[in-house]
Amino acid sequence: MAKMKKSSTRIDMTAMCDVSFLLLTFFVLTSTAKTPEVYPVDLPASTKETKIPSDDILTITVGQENVFVGIAGREDRKDILNRMGQEYNITFTTEEQNAFAGMENFGADIREMKSLLAKPASERMQKEFHKGIPYKDSLNNQLSAWVRNARESSWQRKESFLKVAIKGDANEQFGTIKEIMDILQEQRQNRFYLVTGLRSDDF
Amino acid sequence: MAELNTGGNEGKGGKKVRSKKQNTGVDLTAMVDLAFLLITFFMLTTSLSKPQSMDLTMPDKLKKDDVPPQEAKESKTMNILIGKDRKLKYYMGRIQSPYGGEGPIDQTYGKDGIRKVLLQKIANLKAKGQVGKDGLVVLIKATDDATYTDMIDILDEMAITGIEIYSLQNMTAEEKAIMQ
Repeated sequence: MAKMKKSSTRIDMTAMCDVSFLLLTFFVLTSTAKTPEVYPVDLPASTKETKIPSDDILTITVGQENVFVGIAGREDRKDILNRMGQEYNITFTTEEQNAFAGMENFGADIREMKSLLAKPASERMQKEFHKGIPYKDSLNNQLSAWVRNARESSWQRKESFLKVAIKGDANEQFGTIKEIMDILQEQRQNRFYLVTGLRSDDF
Repeated sequence: MAELNTGGNEGKGGKKVRSKKQNTGVDLTAMVDLAFLLITFFMLTTSLSKPQSMDLTMPDKLKKDDVPPQEAKESKTMNILIGKDRKLKYYMGRIQSPYGGEGPIDQTYGKDGIRKVLLQKIANLKAKGQVGKDGLVVLIKATDDATYTDMIDILDEMAITGIEIYSLQNMTAEEKAIMQ
């Protein structure tokens, strides 16, 4: 009987290690962390594949008749907050501005913004503080004010036109979306990006 | 696992210690574990694909006087009415007397419904040499209780069929009555 050769059970892991670190590097470099959303929506599907621009954009999230605003860019957020503050006679301190710069989207009344920004960062994104931006009352149309200030800010600081994206929930009534569009059109913001998901089923 | 050479003079007191041939391979198991853990983390937190969007340009509301409204022939104008619970109707021309008697007809969404009608109309106009900006004009009207998905579906049809002129309009009272 031939003598069995004792083979080593060890595997050379150098190659595996190389590959895994290569992948790791790739993901670290390409990733942009998912931003927490105050109101995640279910997007309607479409076959269009136009990508949404990533800067100079104001995203209006609409869900259950509530409206949330997202502004791209930290410096833009600070500037727009200051402009909003001036309009509503609220002065924001540097800490409050920095706290606001960390919020990618929000749905709080501007008059409650100060108390929201005073809360610890971990609590700021809780749903109970984001009840939606008032837009139905024509005397206190804060959505309109946010859009106006964002447009002014983007034009005066960068000479670029602000882009507006509407991110509506799939089950939202068209009437609500129409109201938002009307508010935008009053300011002659006539071009929007309607955010959609990819249609996977055979339509 | 990592091996350490401990001791060297047990039981063999006084004898010169022969330097043992060292194992140069490093154990990579833990490192690979960690690397894969991190890969998994980054893969799950990253959002690789940016969301898509649909461009929509609305006509300017404020400047009404200096720009004459665009006129379209009744025969090329198709009105799509979107209602509650995915109700869909279309008619040609005017609501009072739809062109060619194509009065408000119920339709369904998707390729066997409204798209067939749209493609048929486009083909008819194409036979007459009317394509692109001269082609079919679609007016999309939705009731307030229609869902946003319905509107996106119809806008998507416009993109699929390649209709160049379409607009979102307000519903008239007559049309609202039909869509009840």
